[in-house]
Amino acid sequence: MATKKKNTEHVSDWNYSPSLESTSHLNLKKRYDLFIDGKWVKPSSGVYFKTINPANEEILAEVAHGNQDDVDKAVKAARKAYTDVWSIMPPAERAKYIFRIARLMQERARELAVAETLDAGKTIRESRDIDVPLACNYFFYYAGWADKLEYAFPNRKVESLGVAGQIIPWNFPLLMAAWKIAPALATGNTVVLKPAETTPLTALILAEIIEESGLPAGVVNIVTGHGDTGAAIVNHPDIDKIAFTGSTNVGKIIQKALAGTSKKLTLELGGKSANIIFDDAPIDQAVEGIVNGIFFNQGHVCCAGSRLYVQESVADLVIQKLKSRMDSLYLGNPLDKNTDIGAINSKEQLETIHKYIKIGKQEGAEMYQPKCSIPTKGFYCAPTLFINVAQSSVIAQEEIFGPVLTIQTFRTVDEVIQKANNSPFGLAAGVWTDKGSRIFNLSSKLRAGVIWANTYNKFDPTSPFGGYKESGFGREGGLHGLNSYVKLS
Amino acid sequence: MSRLEILKTYKIYIGGQFPRTESGRFYSPLDKKGKPLGNICLSSRKDVRNAIVAARKAFGSWSERAAFNRGQILYRIAEMLEGRKEQFIAELIQQGSTKKNAEEEVNLSIERTVYYAGWCDKYQQVLSSVNPVASSHFNFSVLEPTGVVGILAPQNTSLIGLVSIMLPVICGGNTCVVIASENLPLCAVTFAEVLNSSDVPGGVVNILTGTNKELNETLSTHMDVNAIVYGGDDLEALKQIQENSVLNVKRVFSYSKDWNKADSQDLYMISDTQEIKTTWHPIENIGGSSSSY
Amino acid sequence: MKNKLVKKEIIHPDNIYSPSIDKVGVEERVARFQSRSIKNESKLQGLKIALNMIDLTTLEGKDTPGKVKQMCYKALHLHDVHPNLPSVAAVCVYPSMVRIAKNEVKGTGVKVASVSTAFPSGQAPLDVKIRDTQFALDEGADEIDMVISRGKFLSGEYNFVFDEIAKIKETCGKARLKVILETGELATLDNVRKASDIAIYAGADFIKTSTGKIQPAATMQVTYTMLMAVKDYYDKTGIMIGMKPAGGISTSKLALHNLVMVKEILGNAWLTNEWFRFGASSLANDILMQIMKMETGVYQSSDYFSID
Repeated sequence: MATKKKNTEHVSDWNYSPSLESTSHLNLKKRYDLFIDGKWVKPSSGVYFKTINPANEEILAEVAHGNQDDVDKAVKAARKAYTDVWSIMPPAERAKYIFRIARLMQERARELAVAETLDAGKTIRESRDIDVPLACNYFFYYAGWADKLEYAFPNRKVESLGVAGQIIPWNFPLLMAAWKIAPALATGNTVVLKPAETTPLTALILAEIIEESGLPAGVVNIVTGHGDTGAAIVNHPDIDKIAFTGSTNVGKIIQKALAGTSKKLTLELGGKSANIIFDDAPIDQAVEGIVNGIFFNQGHVCCAGSRLYVQESVADLVIQKLKSRMDSLYLGNPLDKNTDIGAINSKEQLETIHKYIKIGKQEGAEMYQPKCSIPTKGFYCAPTLFINVAQSSVIAQEEIFGPVLTIQTFRTVDEVIQKANNSPFGLAAGVWTDKGSRIFNLSSKLRAGVIWANTYNKFDPTSPFGGYKESGFGREGGLHGLNSYVKLS
Repeated sequence: MSRLEILKTYKIYIGGQFPRTESGRFYSPLDKKGKPLGNICLSSRKDVRNAIVAARKAFGSWSERAAFNRGQILYRIAEMLEGRKEQFIAELIQQGSTKKNAEEEVNLSIERTVYYAGWCDKYQQVLSSVNPVASSHFNFSVLEPTGVVGILAPQNTSLIGLVSIMLPVICGGNTCVVIASENLPLCAVTFAEVLNSSDVPGGVVNILTGTNKELNETLSTHMDVNAIVYGGDDLEALKQIQENSVLNVKRVFSYSKDWNKADSQDLYMISDTQEIKTTWHPIENIGGSSSSY
Repeated sequence: MKNKLVKKEIIHPDNIYSPSIDKVGVEERVARFQSRSIKNESKLQGLKIALNMIDLTTLEGKDTPGKVKQMCYKALHLHDVHPNLPSVAAVCVYPSMVRIAKNEVKGTGVKVASVSTAFPSGQAPLDVKIRDTQFALDEGADEIDMVISRGKFLSGEYNFVFDEIAKIKETCGKARLKVILETGELATLDNVRKASDIAIYAGADFIKTSTGKIQPAATMQVTYTMLMAVKDYYDKTGIMIGMKPAGGISTSKLALHNLVMVKEILGNAWLTNEWFRFGASSLANDILMQIMKMETGVYQSSDYFSID
């Protein structure tokens, strides 16, 4: 057949043009002071440190380094606000303040998302669609609890604790601030919060929002700084409660520091969560769940599904599909709306991840990384698989906190339960199978605080989160999250 | 002609068995008049270890047992206590109680056992939740036992203190290793005999006697103990236990209550040694596209 | 394409592995495709690719030669104001209109696809379906869009469905066979996947979502599920199968999201009308309006774009 006109538009490379989220509506200050007693105050040491964009190593702002004196000021302000205002305010009024903060956060959502992406290196897709809206929702959720606490603890009188010292990590900076502040305020406590040193900006914007909300001075104090700032909070004698999210090592130091005191403690620590794929699983959704489990937020997730267990009969298929899916992930500028894998949070963390990748290779596991170009500036790590890993491998036992997945195979249900539980951690686990009775069997036998069945890495303000064993104690979120901030009589 | 009495050998209780301490040591606490109460096992670090191994072994089947069945077993403990009432009263008197106080203590111990027996299949309902998450998932939180719990019984009572802090732990499906009151150990040993005849599976409760200082250390540093319940009143000892607990992030709870009061019992003592587990599962939304298109 | 030369292996339908599907997981995955941001050059290029993938369709009881001729003219002259536009891929008509359509598009490269096998219900005996198909081929159809027997499928007679497709494929000879699953009647994504696998293994060159007569039609979830079947088959055999979502895709945005999905699941090799089609009638003008908007910088009115 003669063709006059070629009727096929041959396309060999249809690619996405860069689609950068605009940063123009974000007005970062050059320098941030401490937010204490409703005012912005200079650090008593006069020292500031720089916070950088891990995606390109550019300096974003200077941030005050709070020391023991500053923490003391903050605790005094928090104590005064607790005694004079917050603890005696009618709970329904408390609720309205928290609600107001939530609304203001929503109004500044875009700004918060961009700031989060710049400061933490996480993709704009995640900060825009997950971190920021979820953070708002935690405030909304706990606002409603403030005047209903007696319903949460049958037969008990509920009282606030006093001043809560809260130390949060760098992986979900704003979201973790919300997880900490919202329930503390709802239950009538006042707060001294320390953001992580690499990601202080969204907590400081939150401080601006809190200032704008008219929340009484001293109810929330934000003290930026390093480990010594955190230690000053932990050791401050006039603090009634410490809430910490971070590494198991630091958590243990805090637990030890609080021995012999009456401070209430909740710890949300590390994990090495098992993600288990059975041969009858919805295989493509399971592969998606594996990807979401380990590559979400560059693997900087305490509950990351970093130990993958695949039933032998489908192992080849799952690995093939997983590799193919990894090939379609976009790594690059976190501000690009099409980026799937953003930047590693810090140089230090990148080095840690590289150390483990090196160990993995030395241990003889087979490594797979998709071909992707790594930007020359900034901290990046390609998504990484280790296949044929043994239960006794270091990379299968220690928390890497990066986009590194270890794969082991298993044959029977009992075997995989045993292997999954064979860890000092117990934060989360994933189970993928079509068989309902098996899901309930595993979800009751796996020793972990969160079980994701046929899904992974889902979070919600109504859903309690927290671990067994060395993953910490106490829960955040939901009705059970209130327990961390009250005393019952 | 009076008959020569058979004296009781006080033993410890590990994995459903009544061994003497592996160390062969004993101690002799004195009663108020300065007369030895008997030769009590001076348990060793190895006894603690053996007890923890037994408790861990028993944990799986005890925690997975039907709550109703755990309740039945706790009720059975109450029945056995009732049958041994006179013996407990005699031991309490021997350890310094008045007859009236001893009777009250034993009675209250029985009531308390019945109280917690009743909770076995109810606390879950009161404290669990279905969480209305915003996505298309069914999400619920349930309570699960923390695991192996080390219990340091109150020092100032022989029976009621031990019963009061041990029952909520096993009611919730945990297994435990109990260190009895150092100076008032008699009822603890007899209580082990009650447990043994109450269908409580071996290893669910293990009871050791000895010097608290030595045993606390082993118990609170042991990596396979998930939580410690402290019933004593020595703040220095508590601090040491809390510091030791850091090794494997043990949960530590301390209670200082007057256990002889009728209301020194509650639901929240059960929930202290429980973990909250939250499970997610997708809800398929049949009936057309629910996407934006 | 070398892939076409590979002879398909006949596999008994009972031995086809169709993984189960979790619908919520599929919705989440699809949402990821929808969150892709397609801008500037890639948007313009994407729109043109999509335009070239359209099977311009009229399948109505009231179709007349006049209507079909108008549609064919539109297929060849999408928007003559703009000189550098591709044409659509094909026109899709009933068998009775094939000869008319064929004459209109002769020599242009635009193909004539004919529905067959008692479209849209498929409720006819096999010999009628074969004759229906043969008629369309005799009239000059380049491609056949058959429907599967959904009733048989839902009553579990998978072998029947498989054999029917295989028979029609035999009748088609060199003409490419698109197999319409009518996913709106299959109710679950598990069924969509199973039907996709049966169609592919029985000889389909293309699998197609819908007749356009039943809602819902080509949802992203359904298209995703079918693309995964195509991918699995390709990974297993090296043979490419085409995909045609039909019905309900009326906006450029949705078309682009479909392309994103094809690209990320199957790769750029599928981004031609040889392997991917849109069964649509109103989509073409929406794409044209978008293209004109991008080139002129002003938003367009439908008054300036011919409807037929």
